[in-house]
Amino acid sequence: MRFAISAEQRSFGQALTGLLTAADVPAATRAWAAGDDAPGLRLWGQLAELGVTALVVPEESGGIDGTPLDLAVAFECLGHHGVPGPWIESVALAPSLLAGTKHHELLADLADGTARVTIAAAPLTPYALDAGSATHAFVLDGDALSAARATSELTSVDRSRRLHVVEADGPSEILADTAVARGLDLAALACSASLVGAGERLLRDSVTYVGQRRQFGRVIGEYQALKHALADVRVALDFARPLVHGAARGLESGGDDATRDVSAAKVAATDAATLAARTALQVHGAIGYTMEHDLSIWILRVRALAGAWGTTSHHRGRVLDHLMRSAACTSD
Amino acid sequence: MSLDFTEHEEAFRAEARTWLAENSPGRLPSMDTTEGAAAHRVWEQQLASGRWSVVAWPQEFGGREATLTEWVIFEEEYYLSGAPTRITQNGISLLAPIIFEHGTPEQQQRYLPTMADGTDVWAQAWSEPEAGSDLAGIRSTATRDDSRGGWVLNGQKTWSSRAPFADRGFGLFRSDPTAERHRGLTYFLFPLTADGITVRPIPQLDGDPGFAEIFFDDVFVPDADVLGGAGDGWRVAMSTAGNERGLSLRAPGRFMAAADQLVDLWRERGDEAPTMRDAVVDAWIGARAYQFYTWGTVDRLQDGGDMGAAGSVNKLFWSDLDVGLHETGLALLGAEQELRGEDAPHGGRWMDDYLFSLAGPIYAGTNEIQRNIVAERILGLPRGEKRS
Ligand SMILES: Cc1cc2nc3c(=O)[nH]c(=O)nc-3n(C[C@H](O)[C@H](O)[C@H](O)COP(=O)(O)OP(=O)(O)OC[C@H]3O[C@@H](n4cnc5c(N)ncnc54)[C@H](O)[C@@H]3O)c2cc1C
Repeated sequence: MRFAISAEQRSFGQALTGLLTAADVPAATRAWAAGDDAPGLRLWGQLAELGVTALVVPEESGGIDGTPLDLAVAFECLGHHGVPGPWIESVALAPSLLAGTKHHELLADLADGTARVTIAAAPLTPYALDAGSATHAFVLDGDALSAARATSELTSVDRSRRLHVVEADGPSEILADTAVARGLDLAALACSASLVGAGERLLRDSVTYVGQRRQFGRVIGEYQALKHALADVRVALDFARPLVHGAARGLESGGDDATRDVSAAKVAATDAATLAARTALQVHGAIGYTMEHDLSIWILRVRALAGAWGTTSHHRGRVLDHLMRSAACTSD
Repeated sequence: MSLDFTEHEEAFRAEARTWLAENSPGRLPSMDTTEGAAAHRVWEQQLASGRWSVVAWPQEFGGREATLTEWVIFEEEYYLSGAPTRITQNGISLLAPIIFEHGTPEQQQRYLPTMADGTDVWAQAWSEPEAGSDLAGIRSTATRDDSRGGWVLNGQKTWSSRAPFADRGFGLFRSDPTAERHRGLTYFLFPLTADGITVRPIPQLDGDPGFAEIFFDDVFVPDADVLGGAGDGWRVAMSTAGNERGLSLRAPGRFMAAADQLVDLWRERGDEAPTMRDAVVDAWIGARAYQFYTWGTVDRLQDGGDMGAAGSVNKLFWSDLDVGLHETGLALLGAEQELRGEDAPHGGRWMDDYLFSLAGPIYAGTNEIQRNIVAERILGLPRGEKRS
């Protein structure tokens, strides 16, 4: 029995971390929010070279045919660094939806990073993220997929998420239920991993800050009230990640429990990241309450992702439905 | 579960499941009563006769040499079968690991087999009235007696679980009053029936005498019952503290079984308390998270890693999970929640287990102490007020 990520997955994560640490991601994210896509698209290209955009695209379409766990590893890094753009839509969701449709040729362009797809899927995620900078937009309405065009722009709490109202622009194709379900599960999984990554970043930056900031003649990290609050964030994140990884393994083997575990992961990741965000803000004091400070990137991102790809209420409902259905009420 | 278990592991699971299905007694009366303790001892003997009492131990001491993975599988099956918490757990999970690590071959032969077959139930005698969280502050003394080749113990221990019904104790005594606080402590094993020992039961919050004070009045212990070296007690003791907070005491099977029972309770009573939906789901999610987390830990340990301060993260999580899960169960019972005993719904299981869960954030190092450990040793935050 193995649960931990593999050595290859670990080194893949390290490669992504290396690239993203060297790049000035916060600057790219701020530029993206201001409507300047250039630095964000450069990142897109660099990450595509490392294979991120090809992760769950099948090999015959130029992809890597990787596992959901590979996806989780990648999205934790993207979340940790606050990378802007329609990553969940393009990398996690699009491959399942587009395969087997007349748009399947797009997969090769997605894999090599030349195409960027955004998808609105009401009611889970009713607006298309970054439709202005994506190369293709779609709407998913139940099991019907159609190309779409943006009609107006909305403002997200996270300014680097540029939301668009879209409407169908062309005939729709009916997708297999399994393709829709898998795509949406992978999107929720990627979203959960991003939340864990963002939570880790918030914790890391908080630990650094409380180790430097002095009040009453000592570094504030010596105060037990702050230590305990940060320890609770450590616990929450340490127990959210195994749910994300467990759900990814479940999706890999295709068990009936996988959907339930994806929902459990989304709930736990949202709660843990939200705790991380609130605690980070509290320990930073007023400086954390400014847009100038980079902390704002993750605090607002977490808030936005909390409602994306299914709210916690939606996902709790799915967990309970599944538990109530399982005849013998055992967990395995 | 979608984790890939080997054929051997699946076979082990099947064997355990079959045996437990045929033998598990279900819930027994509280082990903190005379009647309950007797019933638990019978169950321990039965477990041992099937060679299921200490699955991870070597064959020669009654075990099956199970791997860590198999051990967790066994624990899952154990709790799924509805079997009770173990009266022998202090010995098996806290003392045995250090007898294996620090004990002499003679001590291993003398103590492990009787622990495995349930003949000897052990009590942990660490805490003292003036030394709880600050364990290094213990005052009970061990004085050298060269003429008899041993030590003379004096002082008082307290909050010792199971001591009213246990046979033997293990604990720390100050053997060198001139040494620094953490030095000069020695780890002793002793029979609770020894001359000079008085055990006074203390009823716990649930009404049963689960604790005891232990008074030592010139109790002689031979050198053969010193565990590790004289003066080495702190180091020896700390090698078990991690076990207590980590894997050994709180196997995930226990929480998964409780969470499944909570879902059953929701099935039965959910309509009467619809606002509890989220709490029910969160308790189940917590148990599932704990299960996955444990498999991750098992992987790490099997790769040669150690539990370290992660045991504190673990302890914080399970203790809060346990309280929350049982509070939710009680909420679903509505006005009947306050009942105890036979007349209570489900035989009073929800209130009994809730009262027990309330101790989780206190024993095995309080949660405040665990948070300090996580903040300082894992997050690397500075130590504040001087604590030596
Ligand atoms: C059910 C149960 C079973 C037990 N079984 C055993 C047993 O078998 N053997 C045994 O030896 N002991 C046992 N104990 C005792 C247990 O180990 C102690 O209760 C525990 O270590 C705390 O010590 P204390 O009770 O003296 O509380 P104190 O140490 O007095 O603590 C009181 C409060 O102050 C807080 N506090 C103390 N120091 C700090 C600090 N530095 N920072 C922040 N907060 C602090 C604590 O967290 C707690 O909230 C058991 C306890 C319980 C509840």
